[in-house]
Amino acid sequence: MSTTASKVPVTEEAGGSTVPAAPARRRRTGLFFVLPFTVVFALFMVWPIVQGIWMSFTDQSLSLRGTEFVGFDNYAEAFGDPDVWSSLGNTVFFTVISVVPLVLLALCMALLVHTGLAGQWVWRLAFFAPYLLPVSVVTMIWQWLYQPDLGMFNQALDKVGIAPVGWLSDEAFAMWSMAALTVWWTIGFNFLLYLAALQSVPDTLYEAAALDGAGAWRRLFSITLPQLSRTTVLVVMLQVLASLKVFDQIYIMTKGGPNGSTRPILEYIYDVGFTGYRLGYASAISYLFFAIIVIVSIAQLRFMPRKEG
Amino acid sequence: MSAPTTTRPRSLPPAGLRRRRPQEAAGAPLLLGHGRLPRVLAGGALGIFALLWVLPFVWTLITSFQSERDISSPGFNPIKGALTLDAYRQVFDRGTLPIWAFNSILTAGLVTLITIVLSTLAAYGFSRGTFRGRRALLAVTVASIMVPPQLLMVPLFQEMLAFNLVDTYWAIILPQVVAPMMVFILKRFFDAIPRELEEAARIDGASDLRVFWSIVLPLSRPIVSAVSVFVFIGAWNNFMWPFIITSDPDLMTLPVGLATVEDAYGVAYAQSMAAAVLAAAPLIIVFLFFQRRIVKSVATTGLGGS
Repeated sequence: MSTTASKVPVTEEAGGSTVPAAPARRRRTGLFFVLPFTVVFALFMVWPIVQGIWMSFTDQSLSLRGTEFVGFDNYAEAFGDPDVWSSLGNTVFFTVISVVPLVLLALCMALLVHTGLAGQWVWRLAFFAPYLLPVSVVTMIWQWLYQPDLGMFNQALDKVGIAPVGWLSDEAFAMWSMAALTVWWTIGFNFLLYLAALQSVPDTLYEAAALDGAGAWRRLFSITLPQLSRTTVLVVMLQVLASLKVFDQIYIMTKGGPNGSTRPILEYIYDVGFTGYRLGYASAISYLFFAIIVIVSIAQLRFMPRKEG
Repeated sequence: MSAPTTTRPRSLPPAGLRRRRPQEAAGAPLLLGHGRLPRVLAGGALGIFALLWVLPFVWTLITSFQSERDISSPGFNPIKGALTLDAYRQVFDRGTLPIWAFNSILTAGLVTLITIVLSTLAAYGFSRGTFRGRRALLAVTVASIMVPPQLLMVPLFQEMLAFNLVDTYWAIILPQVVAPMMVFILKRFFDAIPRELEEAARIDGASDLRVFWSIVLPLSRPIVSAVSVFVFIGAWNNFMWPFIITSDPDLMTLPVGLATVEDAYGVAYAQSMAAAVLAAAPLIIVFLFFQRRIVKSVATTGLGGS
C-alpha cells in the first residue's frame, strides 16, 4: 500500500498541471488500487480454476505415481457413473424440498412480523438466530433432536402414541430431515431480505388503496405481493444456488447415508477426490456440476424482470 | 455479467434518508386493517412459528444442564430433571473449545480485515479507474461470483501443498479473502457517490489514496460495516475449506473442531449440548447488540454471506 501512495502523486502532479499529460495518467489511474485484489484473485481463484480444468483431463491422484493426460476419459466415465446420477438426483430432490419452504415460509414470517405486532426484536431474533450458528453447532443440536430414543421429536411422537421414526436412519425420512434442519437453520436470511423489502414499500400505496376501499386481502394481493416480486426473484435465485451446493450439514450428520440416500453431488466429489484420491476424476465431476450451475443461473436470469431506470 | 445485478441499486445511496420512521410503527393498519380478529390470528400464527424456531434452542439449553446419567436413563424427561453444571465443567476441562474459539476469532478476524482492505481498494479502483483492461478485469471478477467455492477445493488443496501451507493459519485465511461479490457490492456503492467532492480535494493537491482514505471511506461507513458483518459471519461459519486444509486439532476452527474431534463425545449428549451452547453464544450475543444494524445491512447490501 505504501508503494501505491508514493507512486500515484507523481503522475498526479504531471496530470494536474498540464493538459497534454492527462492521457498518460489516465492509463494508470486506479490500477494500483485494483492490483492487490487482482493478485489474490489470480492466485486463489483464476489459477485453481485453470489448474482444475487441466486436472480434469488427467488421471492425477493424491498418490505419488505419475500423471498422464487422458483426454475426455474422466468426463466419459462421469456420464456413465451411476453414483454421479444418483447423487445428482439427491441434490435436485433436496433443492426442491428445501427451496419451497425456504421461500414461502420466509415470506409468511416477514409478512406476519411486518404487521407490526409488539415485540419486533423478539421475532427477528427468533427467526434469524439460527442463521448465526456454525454448521457443526446446528448438526450437534439436530443430531440430538433426531436421536431415536431420547430425541425431542420421537419423545413428542411417543406422547401422542405414534411409533418412533428413524429420522436419519430411515431412507424414506433422511433427506426430509436434512431439509427440515436446513430450513430452520438458514431461513433467517431470506426472512430478513423480505422484511427489508417490505419496509421499502411506500405507505402512500396502501393509503391510496385504503381510500379506494380495498380490503386487507385485496391490499396484500394487489400491492404487497407485486411490490415484492423483485425480491422474490432474488430470493429464489440465491436459494436455488445455495441448495444445489448443499454439503456441510449432510456430510457431518449422515455422511451421505443411509445407503447413499442423502449423498449430494458435492459429497460425491469430495469422496472421489479426498477419500478415493482420484483428483482428476473429481475435477471432471466438479466441472460438470459447475456447468449445471451456470445453466441454472442463466435460465433463472431469463425470468428476471427487467430493471426500470 | 448480469448475474449479480440483483443487488437492488436503488436502495444503496440514500439508505439513511429513506427510512422515515422506525419499522415498529409502520405496517400494522396497512397490512391488516383495523379489525381485532386479524391481529389475533396473525399474532397466533407468528407465535407458533416463533415457538417452532425457539424450541430447538430451549431443548438444547435444558439438555446442557442435565447430568449424562439422567439423560440416558429410559423414559427420562429433561424438563423435570435436576439441573447441574457438570457438562459445562467437563467441556472446559477438555480445554479444546477455547483453542478453537481463538482460532476462529483469529482467522475470521484476519479474513474480514484483509478482505475489506483488498475489496474496498479494488472496488474504488474499478469505480474511478481509467486504466486499460479495467472493463475486462471487472467482467472477469463479476463472472467469478458464479463459481462455487467447492469447485476450487481440489486444486486449492494442491496449491497449498505446493506452497507448503497445509495445516497453517494462512492456508485457512488466504483463499477466503477473495470476495468478488463484495467488490461488486462496494463498487456499486462507490459509483453512486458524487465525484464533485473528490475533484475538489484533488484540486487542493490530495493524492488518489488520500482522497480515498479521507473522503470516500468515511462516506461509505454503512456499506463497509455491512460487508464486514457478512464477511465475518461467513468466515466464522465456514466449514468445508478449513475442514479440508487442517488436520491438526490445535489449528482447527470452532466448526471444524466440533464436527470432527467432538465426535468423540459419542453419546455424551449433555456435554455435546453444552459445547453447542458455548459455541453458539458469541455471535448470538453480538447479534443482540447490533440487531438493528445487521437488519439494515441486509437491506443496504441486498445480499450477504454464503
